[in-house]
Amino acid sequence: MRRRRAPDALDRRPDPSPTPDPRSQGREEDEEPSELDRVVGWFDQRTGAATYARTALRKVFPDHWSFLLGEIALFSFIVLVATGTFLTFFYIPDARPTVYEGPYAPLSGQEVSAAFESVMRLSFEVRAGLVMRQVHHWAALVFVAVIVLHAARVFFTGAFRRPRELNWLIGFGLLFLALGEGVTGYSLPDDLLSGTGLRIMYSAVLGIPFVGPNLAYLIFGGEFPTEGLISRLFVFHVMLLPGLLIGGLATHLALTWLQKHTQFKGGRATERNVIGPSLWPVQVFKSVGLFFLTAALLAFLGGMFQINPVWSYGPFIPYVASVPAQPDYYVGWLEGALRLAPAFEPVIPIVNWRIPSTFIPGVLVPGLLFGLLMLWPFLEAKFTRDKREHHLLDWPWEAPVRTATGFAILAFFLIQTLAGGNDVLAVFFNMQVETLTLIFQITLVVLPVVTWVVAYRLCVERQRAAAHPEAEAPMGGVALRRSALGGFEEVEEA
Amino acid sequence: MPGSGRHERGRDEGEPGRMTPLLRAVIGLSTLVVLALAAVLFLPGRGAVHGQEAQEGAGQVQQLESGAQLYVQNCASCHGSNGEGGPNGPSLVGVGPANLDFQMWTGRMPLAAPNEPGYRQEPTLTEAQRNAITAYAVQNFAGPQPAIPQVASSGDLRLGWELYVNNCAACHGPSGAGGAIGAGNVAPPLNAVDAVRMAEATIVGPGTMPAFLFPPDQLAALTAYVTFLQTAPSPGGISLAGVGPVPEGFIAGILGLGGLVVVARWVGRRHPS
Repeated sequence: MRRRRAPDALDRRPDPSPTPDPRSQGREEDEEPSELDRVVGWFDQRTGAATYARTALRKVFPDHWSFLLGEIALFSFIVLVATGTFLTFFYIPDARPTVYEGPYAPLSGQEVSAAFESVMRLSFEVRAGLVMRQVHHWAALVFVAVIVLHAARVFFTGAFRRPRELNWLIGFGLLFLALGEGVTGYSLPDDLLSGTGLRIMYSAVLGIPFVGPNLAYLIFGGEFPTEGLISRLFVFHVMLLPGLLIGGLATHLALTWLQKHTQFKGGRATERNVIGPSLWPVQVFKSVGLFFLTAALLAFLGGMFQINPVWSYGPFIPYVASVPAQPDYYVGWLEGALRLAPAFEPVIPIVNWRIPSTFIPGVLVPGLLFGLLMLWPFLEAKFTRDKREHHLLDWPWEAPVRTATGFAILAFFLIQTLAGGNDVLAVFFNMQVETLTLIFQITLVVLPVVTWVVAYRLCVERQRAAAHPEAEAPMGGVALRRSALGGFEEVEEA
Repeated sequence: MPGSGRHERGRDEGEPGRMTPLLRAVIGLSTLVVLALAAVLFLPGRGAVHGQEAQEGAGQVQQLESGAQLYVQNCASCHGSNGEGGPNGPSLVGVGPANLDFQMWTGRMPLAAPNEPGYRQEPTLTEAQRNAITAYAVQNFAGPQPAIPQVASSGDLRLGWELYVNNCAACHGPSGAGGAIGAGNVAPPLNAVDAVRMAEATIVGPGTMPAFLFPPDQLAALTAYVTFLQTAPSPGGISLAGVGPVPEGFIAGILGLGGLVVVARWVGRRHPS
């Protein structure tokens, strides 16, 4: 689409900014070329970018708010990179002991790790350090939540079906990387709470049959707590995992671009087209607005709500514990799994190997569930014998088994996550921890089954209602129908 | 649900005998009368139970008299008329003023109803009443030790922090927010307890809490640190109950994710074609 200059701008010189402005690309040929045209032209002659940009700007984006969830995740990630970069200017990834001599009186003169000392300095002495830290932490919490919601949208609408199975897997990889970022970042301050978390992780790794101890030594560099761990976590947190995340994100987006968006049924949408506004100008402004609103909300959380007050936890001391001790909610399911699992350590006969109690709830069950979700596109194609390409989305009720399974798995993880905070919730609800734990244990088994059945039934009912609208009519299935001539007639239920 | 959902927060706390609502109303009324009398008569004698020399003369005698009355009204039905204990309450012989003062100051005693576990609440007796009961009990059966401790008004904060994380944080939490410690027991929050009562708790070891033997400088440091936790501004915005990632997760889910869904719905509303 060629864009014309607005008449009132004809005799105005364009802003001689060196930034190539895409607006100038479709300008009428017979006009006197402006400074901007020359600059853009210079780049175009050397890169041939204009041809690509012209196509790109016309790319169509389907019009549904749920397609923005992935974008919000991306924008949260950008906020994370920006605030995280600021934090690296002051953070010291070193477990070596040093003496804290800052303004926080109770710890003044206390021997702490250099990492903890730098986080204290960041929180109390660096200008805007605390708000940056808090925005970073809130953004991390929201980042994972948005990814999960985005994945749920993709799952429940069947957007993962051929040809998008690969991107579904990449998306899961991104979720795992985000979780890895969360766990490593949570541990970097080297405070009492995060140290407790690392201790649990160490034990979970230690509990993997056969390879556990070797694996734990490999990851942690020896028996917990190790001097080298903080610097290792730092490299993972700021280089390895973000590098993989950025690479994965690029692939994720490139595949979305190449395979084009899915879209909901209705209107003129078919399997062969994509209906919606183009990238320029509608989607660009939506996205820019969305970025600023996302950043604003994260900044609001970071500015308004205290998060992870490390000074109140104090430095990590291996023999000290505090209560309540929880990880950030996105690994709360793992904490909950360990809290709910009975003390069950089966011994494999003949070889006489004991399976440690952390392995089944902490590694095996989540491994199977995540595996099931990751392989779902392939399993669904196999069992429904539907190997066609799909670009039109399902409504959730159109695939009852998929929807029911998705909600059942969400219910399972939700109960585990809540159970991870059982002691806090017990105080809140004025209950005994043991009673609440028992309730969670029963719910963990029962709720996913109930959820599955209810979701399945609801989907089937909805399908029926959609197929026969009259069946929903009140008064024993009698409905009024208006004829083309304007008369009314009673319609019996089919 | 009064009673049913209460935690048992102290196992050694006794229970009074059964009281009908009428009897309780009568006791309540008479308590008010005594309270008014006590306020008029004994205000100068308030320092008596703080281990200082009691005021001479009529003040002390009257305090002991009113203490005897209050003891009969509030305590004797369970603990016995001479503190010997009974089926509903443990013996108070030799427990000392620190114990009596702590239990009444923190509202655990007297119980609202028999068989109801004591829990941390606003004290039901006034300071004068509590002091009168303590004076009476100490005089007659409770004995002078452990005494209500003198706590220095300032202490080494760093030492206090160290003592706190090593001895207290495992139950009361690093920020003093309290927490569940199993079997229905709850370590109460420390946000509204004063230095003397903190010190008393370490000496007495109420409920499931163990007794500690801190020397005076450590006690001063510890109470100074807990007072710091209560009063020092905690930077970073609204403090989410000081119990860490659980409320943080709820805020992230409800305000963060919820807010972004609202934003997405607003930004992503259908483009008018």
